[in-house]
Amino acid sequence: MIPAPFEYARARSLEEAIELLADEEARPLAGGHSLLPVMRLRLSQPSLLVDIAGLGDLRYVREDGDRVAIGALARHADLERDPVLRASCPILAQTAAEIGDPQVRHRGTIGGSVAHGDPASDLPTVLLTLDADVVVHGPDGERVMPAAEFFTGPFETALRRQELVTELRVPKVADGVYVKFARRAQDWATVAVAAARVGGRVAVGLTSMGPTPLRARGVEEALAGGASPGDAAARAAEGASPSSDQAGSADYRRHLAQVLTKRALEQLGPG
Amino acid sequence: MNVIGQRVVRKEDPRFLTGKGRYVENLRLTDALHAVFVRSPFAHARITGVDASGAPDGVRVFAGADVDLDRFGPPPFPGIEARMARPPVAKDVVRFVGDIAAVVVAETRAAAVDAAESVFVDYDPLPVVVRPEDAAKDEVLLFPEVGTNVAARAGAPELDPGFFDGCEVVVSGHLTSQRMAPCPLEPRSAAAVVDEQGRLTAWLSTQTPHQDRDTLARALGIDPALVRVVASDVGGGFGAKMLNVEEVLVAWLARRLGRPVRWTESRSESMVALGHGRAQSATFTIGGSRDGAVQAYRLEILQDAGAYPQIAAFLPNLTALMSSGVYAIPKIECTGVAVVTNTTPVTAFRGAGRPEASQLIERAMDAFAAEIGADPAEVRRRNFIPKDAFPYETASHATYDVGDYEGALDLALRSVGYDELRAEQRRRREAGATTQLGIGLSTYVEITNGGGEPEFGEVEITRDGGAIVRTGSFSHGQGHETTFAMIAAERLGLPVEKVQVVAGDTDVVARGGGTYGSKSTQIGGTAAAEASSQVVERARRLVADLLEANPDDVVLDVGRGEFHVAGAPAPSVAWTELAERLFGEGRLEELKVAHDFQPSAPTFPFGAHVAVVEVDVETGAVELQRLVAVDDAGTLINPLVAHGQVHGGVATGVAQALYEEMLYDEDGNPVTANLAAYCFPTPAELPSWEVAEMETPTPVNALGAKGIGESGTIGATPAVQNAVIDALAPYGVRHVEMPCNGERVWRALQEARA
Amino acid sequence: MTQVSITVNGTRHDVDVEPRQLLVYFLREQLGLTGTNVGCDTSSCGACTVLVDGESVKSCNVLAVQADGAEVTTIEGLASGDELHPVQQAFREQHGLQCGFCTPGFVMAAVSLLREHPSPTEEEIRIGLEGNLCRCTGYHNIVRAVQAAAGAA
Repeated sequence: MIPAPFEYARARSLEEAIELLADEEARPLAGGHSLLPVMRLRLSQPSLLVDIAGLGDLRYVREDGDRVAIGALARHADLERDPVLRASCPILAQTAAEIGDPQVRHRGTIGGSVAHGDPASDLPTVLLTLDADVVVHGPDGERVMPAAEFFTGPFETALRRQELVTELRVPKVADGVYVKFARRAQDWATVAVAAARVGGRVAVGLTSMGPTPLRARGVEEALAGGASPGDAAARAAEGASPSSDQAGSADYRRHLAQVLTKRALEQLGPG
Repeated sequence: MNVIGQRVVRKEDPRFLTGKGRYVENLRLTDALHAVFVRSPFAHARITGVDASGAPDGVRVFAGADVDLDRFGPPPFPGIEARMARPPVAKDVVRFVGDIAAVVVAETRAAAVDAAESVFVDYDPLPVVVRPEDAAKDEVLLFPEVGTNVAARAGAPELDPGFFDGCEVVVSGHLTSQRMAPCPLEPRSAAAVVDEQGRLTAWLSTQTPHQDRDTLARALGIDPALVRVVASDVGGGFGAKMLNVEEVLVAWLARRLGRPVRWTESRSESMVALGHGRAQSATFTIGGSRDGAVQAYRLEILQDAGAYPQIAAFLPNLTALMSSGVYAIPKIECTGVAVVTNTTPVTAFRGAGRPEASQLIERAMDAFAAEIGADPAEVRRRNFIPKDAFPYETASHATYDVGDYEGALDLALRSVGYDELRAEQRRRREAGATTQLGIGLSTYVEITNGGGEPEFGEVEITRDGGAIVRTGSFSHGQGHETTFAMIAAERLGLPVEKVQVVAGDTDVVARGGGTYGSKSTQIGGTAAAEASSQVVERARRLVADLLEANPDDVVLDVGRGEFHVAGAPAPSVAWTELAERLFGEGRLEELKVAHDFQPSAPTFPFGAHVAVVEVDVETGAVELQRLVAVDDAGTLINPLVAHGQVHGGVATGVAQALYEEMLYDEDGNPVTANLAAYCFPTPAELPSWEVAEMETPTPVNALGAKGIGESGTIGATPAVQNAVIDALAPYGVRHVEMPCNGERVWRALQEARA
Repeated sequence: MTQVSITVNGTRHDVDVEPRQLLVYFLREQLGLTGTNVGCDTSSCGACTVLVDGESVKSCNVLAVQADGAEVTTIEGLASGDELHPVQQAFREQHGLQCGFCTPGFVMAAVSLLREHPSPTEEEIRIGLEGNLCRCTGYHNIVRAVQAAAGAA
């Protein structure tokens, strides 16, 4: 319950944060709702926490042409309530509303969730489905990469040393649904499916079906070929490698992926 | 005044609502050391060395060889293998993940947690046995010197091969009452101080202060008069919180180190160290005639005792005792065995042996009904013990006091709208709906104060004309500060606000049995009632002296709290006046009565629950829509509090049916050892409950009260499991093991299709 | 050690804290406000819920240093003198507590919920309290209490 000892520094600017992260054992701290749980169980023991929560200018949601720009320090509760997001990209607002519980949503940030790289997290799947861009800042300046390149493995991302996620850029997408199956309301998804109409095609993403959030390419291909939701959904688990744990076996997860994909597509409706 | 039976808001609430709860962890203690336990990460291993050389200065480390305490337990229930006792700190062998290998003591909690990480224990892993079926083979032995893993046996040593002869229909099945974690929201906490005279005071988060005082004295080898246990506010117990090795060690350390010592377990620690519940499985066989009369019933029970047998090793006896349920079954045969496994010891948990009994008989009745093609409600009616047959001795040798099982079922079915539900079910089946409806019944009886135990109650009048009730019962959420005050207030004719209830301190309350087994209202409440009546009797005589009247003519007007001569309301003497007078004469002690109530028998609350579930036949997900609970516990002192007990009991019953399971992998590692992994339901998983009232007073005590604390759990689980199986009946599914979650339902549907 | 300035129940505290000290232990041990309870170690049970700048937060998952400059309200800060807050009053009237250990967390979570959703449906209440666990009450009377408090507003 009590973390191992560590040093603590408050960054007053992005540049200072990046500099402080030069220490290999340093970790950034935003809401702390991905990092602190593992530190309290002593599964992670960084020597230095760099608190970036004070970088208030990284907490925003704003329209940016045909996209919406979301500051990394926007909290899940911010996304849930934000009128711009609800109007322009409702799937993201709806998904944020289903993360954890209200107390978690008051503190957890989208940047923190994305940087944590947990394949059981909800927002990474939606970002992947929307082909969102992830903006990171580091000692060598700014990098922008598609979500598909950002999530590289379980709790692994393309972040280099000293880099921080600073912004997420999502397209304006009117039609999107996130269907989440969990044992209990506050749990991570056993399996979840995101389905959205992006640039005229239907994109489908999966949570908890592999080492990273996944795109259900088989489903997308089938839909592009004119398949019905049910037929397309039969291919939901293609290429996926779900694990077995106390929430469900790999077989059950594969089955759920198919059922939830069919339901998500049906909810999405015809174009 | 007549206050019993009224909905009275609780007296104790203000301190809990304003953050002034007196849990042990909140105790201010100066100069206290903090203890942290080093626990085994192996399920079965030999300890070959404990290296504490890395511990910082000022930190003390004690390994098994350093602790001169006798082995602890098993509890003194008949038939439990006494040689399977537990060294508080393991000396040679650890037998479950969580077994204590060393204890660290430091100046602060953080320093103790850090220091525990610096202690290196060398373990030589041994073969592990996790499943009780495997343990019963006696291949991997936990106690080689005992030569078997059998910790206890119950019931008939041999089964009668001709038991079901003559039965037209015989149905068999297997039901697992899965391992659960009791999860009181307050993890255990203990603190111990030794004073200059060598007297030990131990603050404990427990259900049984007096029993713990005696057990602790015995464990430490000292006179019980030198031990005081103080239990103040306890955040839930559910059967699991009674003195265990950790509290003994905290007290031992305080004596050894000459300073106060305190300890609070983390939740992850509690999940492996507090004790688990249920972990019983059984094969049932039920036989009868094709027209629905049950003629014979057999149970073959296998109890997982965990690594060191606790009360669970004895519980198959209670399951057997209550195996008949509410039915007049002519022949019953039970056999049971409890075996040790390399897992957390299994203890009592809300219901303790009786949920298992009702789960089994209610499943058996539904299976029998399905076999003969009859409605489950009708088959139950056909076999109920009739209302006029009490007291009734069952074929499993329980003598039930009073019951109206058909009345309970009728009320439950009416309340839920049974016929309409069956119609809706038919409609959805015909439509091939994705969400199917399931309706499940249970009619149950349970035994409370099963040990027929006595309880202590002392009532005294205070100088200001109020009263103090000292009770040997010990509320850890059950509301005795209000309910026992109501009982005394009614007898004494005092307002509830003027009656204070005191419990939990062995220096202040002379003796007591604590609270478990749903016994407290019926014995602690009755003790307080009878002591109150005796105080009134004494007061009548004293007032008679004052009024120069015949004592037989003096009455107490309970509405006003005044004594007067019958027929002549004035002159009257109020409690305040009597108390002040006696105080002035140094005689107030005459209005103090200590009383022990010994009931003649346990009591048998009963009821009927109906559960309505929706099952998504594609995902397998089950959602409980409604649960109607009829629970007859005789006289209810305070319906607000009694219903609260039903609500909580039902939630735990539903949790077993649909959500919770304490899981181990094949190496004996607990897989669900924290509240994120363990599926403890949140408010979002459960509906509001529908409670319908029925009160059939028991003749066993003056209050007419039975217990109610565990009834909700005992009634709800089978109703919900039966509902899930009912929903899936058209698909050929005959059984789904608990918890009936999405995956289990999905697999059951797959298997039925195959 | 790090210097922090945290206002708790209206009183400002300028103190030094170890970075690893959790807010819940800061409140309990440094300020002696033992009303906020620790019920688990995975942020699951919500017994530690307090308000930080008016929003419900699990204080076991916040470092005291993270609360620098914030206004924290604990269960001890809810009543006005002898007058209970409407949510506290409703919990009492509806018997929404038994052992009391989860109660401060539920009360604070309910206060936050009602600020954001002044007229919640039963479903919204149950989902809104999904971060809090209780073993005693079966939640039934807790939901009634929140409904009563909402109705009393």
